[in-house]
Amino acid sequence: MKQGKFIIRSNREIADRTFILEVEGDCSATERAGQFADIALDGFFLRRPLAVMQWDATKMSLIYKVVGEGTKKIAAMTPGEQLDILTGLGNGFDASLSSGKALIVCGGIGASPTFSLAKQLRERGIEVNVILGFNNASEIILEDEYKALGCKVAVTTVDGSAGVRGFVTDALDTMATDCDCFYTCGPKIMMKAVCGALEIPGEASLEERMGCGCGICYGCTCHTSKGPKRVCADGPVFKKEDIVW
Amino acid sequence: MRGRTGIQEGGHSMVTTKVNFCGVHFKNPVVPASGTFGFGLEMAGSFDLNILGGISLKGTTLEPRYGNECPRIAECPGGLINSVGLQNPGIDALVKEKLPALRKIYKGAVIANISGFSIDEYVKCCVKAADAPEIDIIEVNVSCPNVHGGGMAFGTSAEAAAQVTKAVKAVCGAKPVCIKLSPNVTDIIEIAQACEEAGADGLTLINTVLGMRIDIARRKPIVAAGYGGYSGPGIFPLALRMVHQVSGACHIPVMGCGGVASERDVVEMMMAGASLVQVGAENLRNPMACKDIVEHLPGLMQELGLENLNGIRI
Repeated sequence: MKQGKFIIRSNREIADRTFILEVEGDCSATERAGQFADIALDGFFLRRPLAVMQWDATKMSLIYKVVGEGTKKIAAMTPGEQLDILTGLGNGFDASLSSGKALIVCGGIGASPTFSLAKQLRERGIEVNVILGFNNASEIILEDEYKALGCKVAVTTVDGSAGVRGFVTDALDTMATDCDCFYTCGPKIMMKAVCGALEIPGEASLEERMGCGCGICYGCTCHTSKGPKRVCADGPVFKKEDIVW
Repeated sequence: MRGRTGIQEGGHSMVTTKVNFCGVHFKNPVVPASGTFGFGLEMAGSFDLNILGGISLKGTTLEPRYGNECPRIAECPGGLINSVGLQNPGIDALVKEKLPALRKIYKGAVIANISGFSIDEYVKCCVKAADAPEIDIIEVNVSCPNVHGGGMAFGTSAEAAAQVTKAVKAVCGAKPVCIKLSPNVTDIIEIAQACEEAGADGLTLINTVLGMRIDIARRKPIVAAGYGGYSGPGIFPLALRMVHQVSGACHIPVMGCGGVASERDVVEMMMAGASLVQVGAENLRNPMACKDIVEHLPGLMQELGLENLNGIRI
């Protein structure tokens, strides 16, 4: 974990109420795809944890959806403004799970933390199939970006306004073929269905209301087969067999 | 060259932050409060814990506890509500695993925070804590608002608080016992005095204030348990008033706790009568809060013309 000052380089809406925030600063604490950053905001006591979509030594991109007053405040911020951010939080995905072909299943902005994972897997020559699920076409994010990495992408929408009508699970039959592992991030009910439907090893990135974001307050504990675990520090990524849904 | 305050200019050499609490030496009065700093180990990678005055460890019970279901956290103006519900690995794991691991990286004062659901449980837990050489002070929590049938129930009546105090004092030997009091009472002075009469060596106050937030879209409380403990800068004036009242009415030292967020708050809490100051919710917003406060305290003391922090109660 590292605390640092970051300068906003851009902050733009890329889909319905969904924004990408690009900041510049010391990103050295972030080591694995699936880790998150925790942003302090004037006027709010707690930080806002946001998944890291991609990063390098001095820049990172965070995707967020405006769901409350805090994210509304972030959305109103402009380039040049400064943010106090904790980086390098959480465990991240285990990119070594796959040796041939991996499946990534995301719901909504869950498509963000798996993006760097897909990039790493592709760099190792791993085939990556990606299912991106949304409520409707106006929410779609990162479809082109995943395709640009060389991933095979299937989009599902609940209302059928784009891609396959239905849920991500409706695309599993075609997309999971020959995959040796999966990674999932999105609504809990979606991840539970995905973990239940797939026999191969997999990981899911859980979400919970957090206090500290760094493991000291025990405010985001979840049940696992290995006992109580903190989503922020022991997770957010857990092996599917360890999660008690 | 001396300044008009008698403090050497250009440095902190004549300022001392040292304090003594129940015979235990603290290099400074800054102590992360129980429940906001884990078992210390969680923060070891972020800064050198040895700069702290002491650490009050996460609340511990006789048996391991999962605590309450999530959500356990609700943000508030000036702080947050938590309903963790005393999640902890139990006193045996504390003694066998956490304390030896902490001792390897940290040499300062250690305050164990003990909770229970019956007097018998408090006693059994304190017996084990008293035996642990790493523990300097036992802080007995009779004020957790997040558990049923225990915790705060012992801290909301003078008689029950005195019973717990007497029972644990009998098994703690020479180890100082500090009772952590609840603000959710009609008369905290009466309870504080009852603890003192029952043999308490010190007092910690205040624990969190029982509170609630409602998700107006879902028409349900935000925390799963319904109510939780409110802490953060919003409760600082309340904590300060209670510390001032209790420190004026009792002869045993007080650890001041509640909404402390800066070195200015530390000095203010000590002017209210605290001998040590715990920093709680602020650690959740800024995990480096205690480090920042410790580093800035001498400069503030110099600015205020304080050579030391003893006897500054107003």
